[in-house]
Amino acid sequence: MRREPPQRLADYAPLAFPAGMLIVFFVIPFATMIAVSFFEREQGGFYQPAFVWDNYARFISLFFGKVLGFSLFLAIAVAIACVVIGIPFTYLLSRTKRKLQVLWLVALLSILSLSEVMIGFAWSTLFSRTAGITNLFTALGLMAEPQALTPSFGAVMTAMTYQALPYTVLVLYPALVRLDPTLTEAARTLGASPVRAFFTVVVPALRNTILATLIMVFIFALGSYLLPQLLGRPQHWTLSVLITDQAIYQSNMPFAAAMAVFLVLVSLALVGLAVYAGRQKEAV
Amino acid sequence: MRDILKTTASRRAVLGAGLAGASMLAMPSILRAQDKSLKVGVYGGYFKESFDKNIFPEFTKTTGIAVESIAEPTGEAWLVQLEQAARAGQAPADVSMMSQVAMLKGQSTELWAPLDMAKIKNASGLIENFVNKYPDGRVAGIGAVSWYITLVTNTDVFKEAPTSWTALWDPANADKLGLLALVSNSFLLEVTAKTHFGGTDALDTEEGILKVFDKLAEVKPNVRLWYRDEAQFEQALKSGEIPMGQYYHDVTGLAAGEGHPVRSTFPKEGGILDSGCWALSRASEKTEEAHVFIDYLSQPAVQATLSRKVGTSPTVKRELLDLTAEEFAAVSSDIAPIVPRYDLYQTKSDFLNQKWTEMIAG
Repeated sequence: MRREPPQRLADYAPLAFPAGMLIVFFVIPFATMIAVSFFEREQGGFYQPAFVWDNYARFISLFFGKVLGFSLFLAIAVAIACVVIGIPFTYLLSRTKRKLQVLWLVALLSILSLSEVMIGFAWSTLFSRTAGITNLFTALGLMAEPQALTPSFGAVMTAMTYQALPYTVLVLYPALVRLDPTLTEAARTLGASPVRAFFTVVVPALRNTILATLIMVFIFALGSYLLPQLLGRPQHWTLSVLITDQAIYQSNMPFAAAMAVFLVLVSLALVGLAVYAGRQKEAV
Repeated sequence: MRDILKTTASRRAVLGAGLAGASMLAMPSILRAQDKSLKVGVYGGYFKESFDKNIFPEFTKTTGIAVESIAEPTGEAWLVQLEQAARAGQAPADVSMMSQVAMLKGQSTELWAPLDMAKIKNASGLIENFVNKYPDGRVAGIGAVSWYITLVTNTDVFKEAPTSWTALWDPANADKLGLLALVSNSFLLEVTAKTHFGGTDALDTEEGILKVFDKLAEVKPNVRLWYRDEAQFEQALKSGEIPMGQYYHDVTGLAAGEGHPVRSTFPKEGGILDSGCWALSRASEKTEEAHVFIDYLSQPAVQATLSRKVGTSPTVKRELLDLTAEEFAAVSSDIAPIVPRYDLYQTKSDFLNQKWTEMIAG
C-alpha cells in the first residue's frame, strides 16, 4: 500500500473528528483557564471579568518559588527513580519466558486499576507505626521497636514511584523486546561482561526511549496531588495541592488558574529543553 | 503506547459522563410522580445517611413533600457550584446546608433568596446567632444544626483526658497531633487567641493576627498530620497512630460508642462551635416548599431528634427541648464555646490564607 498525501479538502475529513474533540475538550478549557487567570478576584466573593496581572504578581514570591521548585524536583526525582528501576527490570523481563512475561505484565497493569486514593491509604498503612512493615522488622529482630515511616519525603517518593512504574515498564517493554539480541551477544563475544554490555550497548541503543520515558513520568508526577498530601508533611506539598486549595476551598479561581498556567509553561519549557538536548546529542 | 493509554482513559471518562448524564435525565421523571418535591443539599456521607434515615421520611409523611437529598461536598466547592448554576438560572439543590463562611460569601452575590420569617413560625425558638442576616436585615439562612470541634485523644495512649487546648503546645506531645489543614475550617487562630491572648478580639487587627500566627507556629513540631480528609485522621486516631488532635465531637462520640478507644474533651477554654444554615438558592422555584421544610426542621422536637440520632448540637433554645441533661451533655457543653470569627474569613480571606499556608508549609 502506498501512502499518498491528501489531494482534496475532503481527504482531510477524517481529521475533523479528532480535531473537534481536541478543540472542545482541550483547547477551549485551556483557553478558558488562561482567560480566568487574568480575571479580577473579589475577596469574600467570586471573580469578575477583567484584565489584571495581580494573580501572576502574587505568585511571583519566594514562597511559591520554593513550592514550584520542590514540585519540579519531586517530579524529576520520581522520573529518574522509575527509569533506574524500570530499565533493568524490563530488560530482565524481556529475556524471560513468554508466559512469565505475560504474568508480570498483567500484574503491573493491575496496579493501574488502583485509584490514587487506594494507593495512598495502602502505603500510609504500610508505613504506619501501629500496623506497618516496621512491626515485621521488629519481629525479625532488625529493629528495636516499630516506628512511623510516614509522613516523610521517602514515603511520598516510594508511593509515587510505585504508581508511575507500570507506565515506565509499558513504555520501555516494546523497545526492549525489539532490541536485537545479537547486539549484546556481539559485545559479549568481544569480551564485555554482562553488566558492561548492558551499559555500553543496551542503554545507548535505547536513548530516545529513555528520554521519552523520563518526560512522560515527569509530567505524570508533576500533576500529583493526593499522594504528597496523604504521605508527606506540608513542606512536601506540591503546587497542585496549593492550586486545589485556591480553586476549591478559597474559591479563588483566578489565582488557581494563574498558578496552573505557570506550572504548564514551566513544564513545557523543561520538556522542550530535554528534547532539544536529546537532539543536540544525536547530531554530534 | 502512551497514546493508546490516553485514549482509553478519555473514552472511559466520556462513558462515565454519558452514564451520569443519562441517570440525571432519568431523575426528573421519577420526581414528577410526586406532586410536591424539594431538592435538599446536605453534607455527603455520614450526615446525608443520617438525614435520609431519620429525618426526611418523617418530613415527607407529615407534609407530603418528597425530598431528594443531594450529597454536597464539604468546603466551599458546593458554594461555587451553586453560584455558577444560579448564574445560568439552575438550582442543583433548592435548599442547602451551608457553613457560615459560605453563607457570607454567598451573600456578597445575593445568592440566597431572602426568607419570609412569617412563614417560618418555629424560628422564634432559635438561638439568636443562628439566624443569618444580610446587612440590611433580610434573612439569608436559618440555623440547621451546630456542631463542636473539640480536643480528641486516643484513650490507650492518653490515660488522662487533657483539660486545655494548651496540650497542643506541650513539648511532650511532639509529633502526636492531627490538625485540620485549612485556616477557614480549623479555626485554630481563634483557639490560639482564646487560649493565649484572652479572646478572639486579639484578631481584630492585622498586627494582632500576626502575633497569633507566631504563637500558633509553635505547635508545628507537634503536628504529624495536617488533614483535609477527615477519614484519614479518624482512622489514625482510632488506631493510636496519631493519638491527639482536633476533631468533630459528634463523630468522635459515635466512634467511642462503637467501642473505639477515643474520647472527645471540651477544653476549659471551650470547644469550637461551628454551624450550618439552611439557605435557599435564588434560582430555586420551590420557595413555598422550602419554607415548609425549614419551618419543619426548626421545630424543637425535630432538633431533639437530630441531637439524639445525628449527634449534632441543637440550634433552638435549650429550655424548649425535651433532651435530658445527659443527652444534652453528649452533644454540647455548658462551657462557653469559642465562636469562630467568620467575618475575618470574608474580609481578610486572602491575607489569612496566604499567611496560613506560609506558616504550615514554610
